[in-house]
Amino acid sequence: MPRDQNLRDYIPGGILSLTEPSIQRPSAQSIEDIIAAASAELESIQDLAALDQWRVLYLGRRGALTMVLRGLASIEVSERKAVGALANQAKTTLEDRLKERVRQVNEESLKISENRDRLDVTLPGRPALKGSLHPTTQIVREICDAFVAMGFGVVEGPEVEWDHYNFEMLNIPKGHPARDMWNTLWVDYDDPEKEKAMLLRTHTSPMQARVMESREPPIRVVVPGKCYRYEATDATHEWHFYQVEGLAVGEGITFADLKGTLYEFARRMFGEERKIRFRCDYFPFVEPGVDMSIDCFACQGDGDGCRICRDSGWIEIMGAGMIHPRVLEGVGYDVEKYTGFAFGMGPERIAMLKYGIDDIRHFYANDLRFLRQF
Amino acid sequence: MKISLSWLKQYVDVDLPVSELSHRLTMAGIEVGEVEIIGGWTEVFVGHVTDVRPHPNADRLRLCVVNTGNEEMEVVCGAPNVAPDQNICLAKVGAKVYNTHTERYEILGPAKIRGVESQGMICSAVELGLGAENDGIIVLPDDAPVGASLDDYLGDVVLDLELTPNRLDCLSVLGVAYEVAAITGKEVVEPEASYHESGVPISEQVKISVADPDLCPRYTASLLQGVTIGPSPQWLQDLLIKGGLRPINNVVDVTNFVMLEYNQPLHSFDYDRIKDATVIVRRARLGEKLTTLDDIERTLCTDNLVIADANDAIGLGGVIGGANSEINENTINVLLESATFNGANNRETAQAMELRTEATLRFEKGLRAELAPIALRRATALIQEVAGGTIAPGIVDIVSEEGAEPAVVTLTSGKIRRMLGMDVGLKQTQETLTSLGFTWEVEGDAALKVTVPYWRNDVNIEEDLVEEVVRTIGYESVPTTMLSSPIPFQHPVPVMNLRDKVKDLLTSAGIQEVINYPLVTLQQLEQVRQLDTEALPIRVANPMSSDREYLRTTLRASILGTLAANQSHSIGPFRLFEAGRVFTPREDDLPDEKETVTGLLAGLRHEPSWLEDETHMDFYDAKGIVELVFERLSVNVTYQPAEDPTFYPGRCAVIETSDSVVGMVGEVHPVVMERLGLDSPQVAIFELYLEPILAALPESQRNFEALPRYPSATRDLALVMPADVSAGLVTRVITGHRGVHHAELFDIYVGENISEGSKSLAFHVYFQARDRTLTNEEVNKSLDGLLRTLDRELNVTLRV
Repeated sequence: MPRDQNLRDYIPGGILSLTEPSIQRPSAQSIEDIIAAASAELESIQDLAALDQWRVLYLGRRGALTMVLRGLASIEVSERKAVGALANQAKTTLEDRLKERVRQVNEESLKISENRDRLDVTLPGRPALKGSLHPTTQIVREICDAFVAMGFGVVEGPEVEWDHYNFEMLNIPKGHPARDMWNTLWVDYDDPEKEKAMLLRTHTSPMQARVMESREPPIRVVVPGKCYRYEATDATHEWHFYQVEGLAVGEGITFADLKGTLYEFARRMFGEERKIRFRCDYFPFVEPGVDMSIDCFACQGDGDGCRICRDSGWIEIMGAGMIHPRVLEGVGYDVEKYTGFAFGMGPERIAMLKYGIDDIRHFYANDLRFLRQF
Repeated sequence: MKISLSWLKQYVDVDLPVSELSHRLTMAGIEVGEVEIIGGWTEVFVGHVTDVRPHPNADRLRLCVVNTGNEEMEVVCGAPNVAPDQNICLAKVGAKVYNTHTERYEILGPAKIRGVESQGMICSAVELGLGAENDGIIVLPDDAPVGASLDDYLGDVVLDLELTPNRLDCLSVLGVAYEVAAITGKEVVEPEASYHESGVPISEQVKISVADPDLCPRYTASLLQGVTIGPSPQWLQDLLIKGGLRPINNVVDVTNFVMLEYNQPLHSFDYDRIKDATVIVRRARLGEKLTTLDDIERTLCTDNLVIADANDAIGLGGVIGGANSEINENTINVLLESATFNGANNRETAQAMELRTEATLRFEKGLRAELAPIALRRATALIQEVAGGTIAPGIVDIVSEEGAEPAVVTLTSGKIRRMLGMDVGLKQTQETLTSLGFTWEVEGDAALKVTVPYWRNDVNIEEDLVEEVVRTIGYESVPTTMLSSPIPFQHPVPVMNLRDKVKDLLTSAGIQEVINYPLVTLQQLEQVRQLDTEALPIRVANPMSSDREYLRTTLRASILGTLAANQSHSIGPFRLFEAGRVFTPREDDLPDEKETVTGLLAGLRHEPSWLEDETHMDFYDAKGIVELVFERLSVNVTYQPAEDPTFYPGRCAVIETSDSVVGMVGEVHPVVMERLGLDSPQVAIFELYLEPILAALPESQRNFEALPRYPSATRDLALVMPADVSAGLVTRVITGHRGVHHAELFDIYVGENISEGSKSLAFHVYFQARDRTLTNEEVNKSLDGLLRTLDRELNVTLRV
């Protein structure tokens, strides 16, 4: 019903006389009539504006019931009390019915708008912009955070290095057969003295010497960064990769501390239930040398026929060891006073294990379908 | 290094299961990779052929009577080399053998061949999986135990050792035997090396001198006369093959065998081809020529060590022999050399000649000089055993001063405790060292004077001994403790913090991080017009391929490459960034490594969606990102129009602080887009230079500014100005005006009602004071002043 339409136009005929406000002689019968008419009318009203008009019509200052009450004076005193009570009761009744109708109308109109405003919630949302850190960055941060929690700092070093720091200071002199462990990309560098060789660092270990040269123990640092090797790429080898190197030097640092620190790291990184194994290994800048492995995710350490751990049940995670005295001597430390341990690991390898990535070449191919998974 | 368990068992008793042995070796630092099992034939036995008769129905087949110890059976055989009195490998019904027709292992069944029943099969090497050559049946030695299971007689386990470069000793079977002995508590039995000498002493038959003892600390030799060159006995050939070497003749085979056994490379010369019976160990003369055993004529230099006779080089010391003194079938007298060469020099020569031989593999790591005479005696005895002849009395042994002294190292229990964080009892230390072949004397009450055995070249200092002890008793016996020393102060590394922060801002702004190779080509730099041919980038001297040759001087080429690669399978949006270093050469120093962040926006502004318009990202998207970053970093920057060959002129800005350039933002030049085959209406790039940004960072990142207590008043201004007045300049004048708190540009209009050559900008201008509510008059006064300033300075007027 249009709002501005006059109420009279739709009020049923029998009630029309009431719309002419006049003081009548009220009776029980006339009150009954008003209630009946008003109630019937109320049921047919569908919106709040019409309800308000109904209220004015019956309960307003010049409404039908008000008129009845005003007309009380015109009847005998003997009837006045009874009719008056009836009229007051009728007022309460109509007010209650109005309240109830208002509630109903509100409820119905809410139902209508709910129905009208319904969305297809299965439609896709307005796309938000998505961006994530490269998986290597994420893993490097995770690794560094684990060591930071154990009192280590994080430092970085140059990617282009001198042979001096990359090899010689790490007890790998020129002509040392162990140099074969690191196939090197050399930098075309014209040194007038022909003594210095420049290279792309093959590990972040050169920072061992650089950090120790620049400060006195105690030292606890990890060194993340890019490394380069002259190496053909395949599913498990990249010529360009990251490494996180670590170093702790001070008084009274032991092999037992090395085990404890790396054990704690592995627990944080791989979970409490992983088994950890330390075995003898060789790196020229440590003695004794250590290989740390965890039991294989894929076969749960079972080993038999497992492609991931090549039947061994164990996966190598990092190399480590007590820093070789020649390395400490090289930076001028008193080897009778200080000891230390060093370790190094490949974040890509760890990411591959954690996420089940089967080919290291995915990392730097930068296919967004790969990167967006992390 | 492949090691045969049956060979190993000749020197040490191995009673552990193979898996346990492999595990213990691996834990002690000798990693066992693959384990190959030879055998598993089950029903194959050593048989003796007692008779060979023709087959009644086939010319090429024969009927053989074979004795297997307790029975005789008749077997049909087609091999041409079968003969009576041979010991052979007989497969009975049920044996697992390789079928060359079906090319797989099968269980042998009963067979009737050309009408004659065969009760088994005489096997070839291929059929038993023992070799690739199929030239007849295997003929076993005469002493083969007839009736024995072939699995017992020929079966073997081969361990593939993945050796670290320090464990030279484990390139030899005896070296591994000592290792096995140490971890199993057994003893090693070294081979017999005694022989009978006769005739004229060696010293009277050959003159040997070492002219360059720095390159040859020890030279030993023996002389065998009247030998008969021929094939080696089967056992020797078998072991050589197991060791991965090819049998040649009995004398050469012995030298190779002893090398595999002891690690000492030896060389045999044909004594009669040595001029004047004179051997001189000397540096080569510049340009001296030598044709080596591989038939290549090599030109030598003075860094190479040669073994020479009176006139010419006859061998390249410790690398390869010369063809002119090679043993051949007519050789009668053999001069046997067992020498120690300088490792570094040997390695250099081998690398220069591209000749990594079995000998250099060992010499380059520095063999101990004590080994030379031990191996010489063993080989001399063995040559006589397999090739006959007599041995001239004595050996030649020329040792320089640093030559023959064994290494002696003191080990204290204090050192063990200090390094390991645990005590190892003196007795346990002694036992462990003894089991590894070390000898020791007690010094005081807590020290041992330890003598390193001749086969170990890797133990030289006390720490090495600590490792020997702890790896043998097992790393698992060391306790696990946490660092107890004080935590050092960690100096912050500002550039890392900044980089992390920028990366986090960019990813949260919906930009994906990528990481590219830092080696590029000059063409890639030229494609983005960043190649300065006057100052070429740093070059790798030994690039793996031409596309990875130069260190990048910009990240733009890489990230545009990433875009191109991804456009093949996606329509975007492409929102990428890379944080990496660019490299510029410096005089006499390492290059300058500048931390750079380059971002790229291209393609649709939103993921394709039913909700969004298909608009494309442009300059202003990139600038919005940059603004976000600098706002979060609290660095005040300005944007000035700039020219840069990568970018489209007029759509490029340089980002500056008051004293330096901190970045660039722009749209890529269409020429560059075309060169790279990029498929987008436009590609926007932003670049941030972290070092100058770092210098511009405020001391304290943020200072709290109290929230305004008094309301602001707003006026909307529609301004008209010449088209070339930049919005940045107008905004700066407005926001710099007294009484103005900030301003928002909300509309730009050119067209109807605006004269040609002009444009209109509309701003919401907010007036505010910190200490009171501004009155209308105050606002109007400030506004009037602002309009006068705009008019005066920039010819900007109110639009009417």
